Amino acid sequence: MFGLDLERLLDVEEEYRRLEDYQGGMPRWCSGCGDNAILTAVQRLLRDEGIPPEKAVFVSGIGCSSRFPHYMNAYGFHGVHGRALPIAQGIKIRRPDLHVFVNMGDGDCFSIGSAHWIHAIHYNMNMVAMVHDNRIYGLTKKQVSPTSPKGLKTNTTPYGSYIEGLNPLTVTLGVTNVSFVAQAVEWIPDLLYEVIRQAFHHHGFSFVRILQRCPTYLPDIFDPFINDPNNILILTHENGLQLDDSLARIYKNQIEHDPSDIHRAREIASDESKAVVGILYRNENVDVYDEIRRPRRVTTLEMRKAVLEREFDKFAVNPVGGDNHNENDE
Amino acid sequence: MAEATPTQHEPHPVVKEKKIIELPEHIVEIVSDSGEGAQKAGQTFGAISAKMGNGIWTVEIIPAEIQPPPRTITGASGIRIRLGSFYITNVGDDADLIVAFNEQVLLGRVDTGNLKPGAIILLENMWRTHKDPAIREAYTKTYDRLVSEGYKVIEVPMEEECLKYTISPRRGKNMFVLGMLCNLYERDLELARKEVYELWIKKGEKVADLNLKLFNAGYAWAEEHLDFKFRIPSAGITEPQVVMNGNVALALGIIASGMEVCAMYPITPATSASHYLSEIFEHVGGIVHQAEDEIAAIGFAVGASYAGKCAVTITSGPGMSLKTEIIGLASMIEVPLVVINVQRGGPSTGLPTKVEQGDLLAALFSTHGDAPKVVMACSTIEDCFYSVITARKIAETFRLPVIVLSDANLATGQQPFPRPRFSRDWVAPPIDQSPVPPGTKPYDWDPKTGLSRRIIPGQPNGMYSLTGLAHDREGKVAYEPWINQEGARSRSMKLAAFQKTLKPPKVFGDPEGDLLIVGWGSTKGAIEEAVTRVREKGYRVSALNIKFLQPMASGIKEILQRFKKVLCIEINYSDDPGEELIDENNRRYSNLAWLLRARFLIDVDSWSRVYGRPYKPGEIEQVILEKLKEIK
Ligand SMILES: Cc1ncc(C[n+]2csc(CCOP(=O)(O)OP(=O)(O)O)c2C)c(N)n1
Ligand code: SF4
Ligand SMILES: [Mg+2]
Repeated sequence: MFGLDLERLLDVEEEYRRLEDYQGGMPRWCSGCGDNAILTAVQRLLRDEGIPPEKAVFVSGIGCSSRFPHYMNAYGFHGVHGRALPIAQGIKIRRPDLHVFVNMGDGDCFSIGSAHWIHAIHYNMNMVAMVHDNRIYGLTKKQVSPTSPKGLKTNTTPYGSYIEGLNPLTVTLGVTNVSFVAQAVEWIPDLLYEVIRQAFHHHGFSFVRILQRCPTYLPDIFDPFINDPNNILILTHENGLQLDDSLARIYKNQIEHDPSDIHRAREIASDESKAVVGILYRNENVDVYDEIRRPRRVTTLEMRKAVLEREFDKFAVNPVGGDNHNENDE
Repeated sequence: MAEATPTQHEPHPVVKEKKIIELPEHIVEIVSDSGEGAQKAGQTFGAISAKMGNGIWTVEIIPAEIQPPPRTITGASGIRIRLGSFYITNVGDDADLIVAFNEQVLLGRVDTGNLKPGAIILLENMWRTHKDPAIREAYTKTYDRLVSEGYKVIEVPMEEECLKYTISPRRGKNMFVLGMLCNLYERDLELARKEVYELWIKKGEKVADLNLKLFNAGYAWAEEHLDFKFRIPSAGITEPQVVMNGNVALALGIIASGMEVCAMYPITPATSASHYLSEIFEHVGGIVHQAEDEIAAIGFAVGASYAGKCAVTITSGPGMSLKTEIIGLASMIEVPLVVINVQRGGPSTGLPTKVEQGDLLAALFSTHGDAPKVVMACSTIEDCFYSVITARKIAETFRLPVIVLSDANLATGQQPFPRPRFSRDWVAPPIDQSPVPPGTKPYDWDPKTGLSRRIIPGQPNGMYSLTGLAHDREGKVAYEPWINQEGARSRSMKLAAFQKTLKPPKVFGDPEGDLLIVGWGSTKGAIEEAVTRVREKGYRVSALNIKFLQPMASGIKEILQRFKKVLCIEINYSDDPGEELIDENNRRYSNLAWLLRARFLIDVDSWSRVYGRPYKPGEIEQVILEKLKEIK
């Protein structure tokens, strides 16, 4: 009765099947920017899953990568730097019908938004969070990021950055209630797609770090991984990625990893000499905040009135001799 | 003032005759170490008085520490009850009578200037014969001092009397005190006993019975040993009332408004609203979400509201500072939002538990850029309830953030007000979820009012991406300069459109005169009481309380112009013109005075202090009398 009535939401037939149905504005990223590949993977996913565009909400912060929602045909919320996750949580809390996606840059998520990052993992709400990690601040023109490698020359560290980059995977895997952690690289589109697809189907908060090239400011940071496929470590498992023959031939460095094994996941994540691609951790038996806090029933106007009257009764002071009947207008 | 005859030499003579002193009002305080139940006794006394038709205001006396050591000056915990034969709107001046469980907590009140000269003190006397000589000495020293200072100190054997009924009098003394007060103030005995019974029956018949005995003992002791009584006639209030503090009223307002999401981060003095709301919100499908910080809390609220569930975030000063960026976002993207700021002393951590009205200008201007928003203030506890309902309506109708300013005085004070009568109009109507016509723009600003239809996610054909960047009618990032101008103008016009719905505030007193006292928020009661007093002395003084501070109603300028002088009185810092370094080039005015001067080009003066406590009507009266001397 009040605000939004979920019962009355329309069921939309599954009619969207073309990629164009999910395409929004023309992307304005630099040519060769890895964000384009992430966009395509997500558009493919929505098409393949047949998600009505009005049922998907893309929330982002501020940064090159945060322009993402504008290039989707869906609902988008391009908010403020670092705060995409709390906004996404607010959207999800009373709208289980919406598919919520969050796109953030590495500065957005791991620096200014770091408190929200930790707590989003802890709350474990149903949504897919993607961090476009180019290990640099793109939009503001090349400043050091938490994930920049030590010694990186940027505009704020012209003599080289001073400290070792932060490892977001081990941090994420260390948070209580962690439910889904994966990593992908945007230059292997099929695996990127598959990782995001599994994140989408996960029940709980899915965290995906995507290594993303910024040809404008850090043109060769990922070269060691791109030039030598053996520097990519693929995690395979029947509950994770399975490579087809063509990919398996290129990416020979594979290990079998059971995503339910958090200790092994932390070990793998700790070794940054290789770029890991795959599902590091998955556990669907974690409390999901938005489900725990979902209302049990629809509140009618009468119920609201009854609760208020009961509370007024608790605080009632009825002067002696007065008319103590409390009539209400309805 | 009453004659209190008992002395230490002849402790408790039985009195034969009673003097009945009739007064329009009395201020009573009960102070004890924390955990001795002074507040419970005071609240019950207040409830009984309210039921007898008196006007009342109660406010808790809260020690700074959670568990202060016993028998310390700073540990005074208790309650003040102001009762009168008129509708009471504020804590009043100094106390007429105080009941103290030990002499140290009593000193806590005396030395901070809370007692009237010659006030009656009813003091637990067990300390006079305490086994610790240091305590005995401290007691007699204080007793002698207070007597010599002219207070009417009456020693009461509370412990001794209570021991007749219970082995742990520390827990029962409060009902003895209640009985004493009920006798002193001629409270209806049957009514009082019923209150006591109902207070304790939850713990069983035995407990209720014991407490009734203690109550009766206190009543009888006063009857036998005190030779005076006070008669405070009823104010004639007969309609059903509810009594609560301002934070509970805010929480009930949230429920009544139909909002479903309250996102917050704990901060004094706002938190108790969330405590109370947490207990009941789920019964109406609501959620209190304690976020990881205030920024997350307001982000969460904006997200929920964007998704169709109008939301509120509640905080106090420091949290308000953190929220400013997202308040600006809400203004820019036109997502409805209610932000409640229960103000405390600032800046920085300031005075966490104390009252101040220092956040008005911050509420209006702290966001970078031009971020139109509505700012309104609650002036009474009843107003806390209704303000939230109004705020939600404005937020949704005009698609903008509404800031509601309350303060620590309202948050901790309790005052009865007419029991609200439920109305369907309080609750938000269901929002439109149907498909929007293809081509509908998310910011199709009406050229005159700036208003546009709100689209929420899930609505077919409505897909758009909102952005905090300058954007056009389609929500697309704007690159042309005139689009930014158009967006800014449209958001501002909404405020103007809302302003047209406001009625000018009512002047308290005559519409013209020598001096107009202007205030906002919780000082309303004290200011109006002071103005009443000086008017009774024949002065031409009126008062104005401004509820909507942004935008302000039309007609205020005309009101100000009808007075020779306009003085803002607020609880925030301003420079005194008498300071050696201060002149018209550098004088910093109180918050509202700045606003009125800027908007109306009227030479509005200001007087303000940051004592961390509400103003007493008496001190405002003095300020008015001083100011009147300047008017020829
Ligand atoms: C509160 C605030 N601080 C700073 C900025 C400026 N700012 C915009 S984006 C950004 C960092 C962008 O880096 P990242 O998040 O890695 O995204 P990328 O551009 O690399 O995709 C900064 C510092 C801002 N918009 N808001
Ligand atoms: S600056 Fe880098 S991250 Fe930004 S759009 Fe260009 S290539 Fe992409
Ligand atoms: Mg980056």
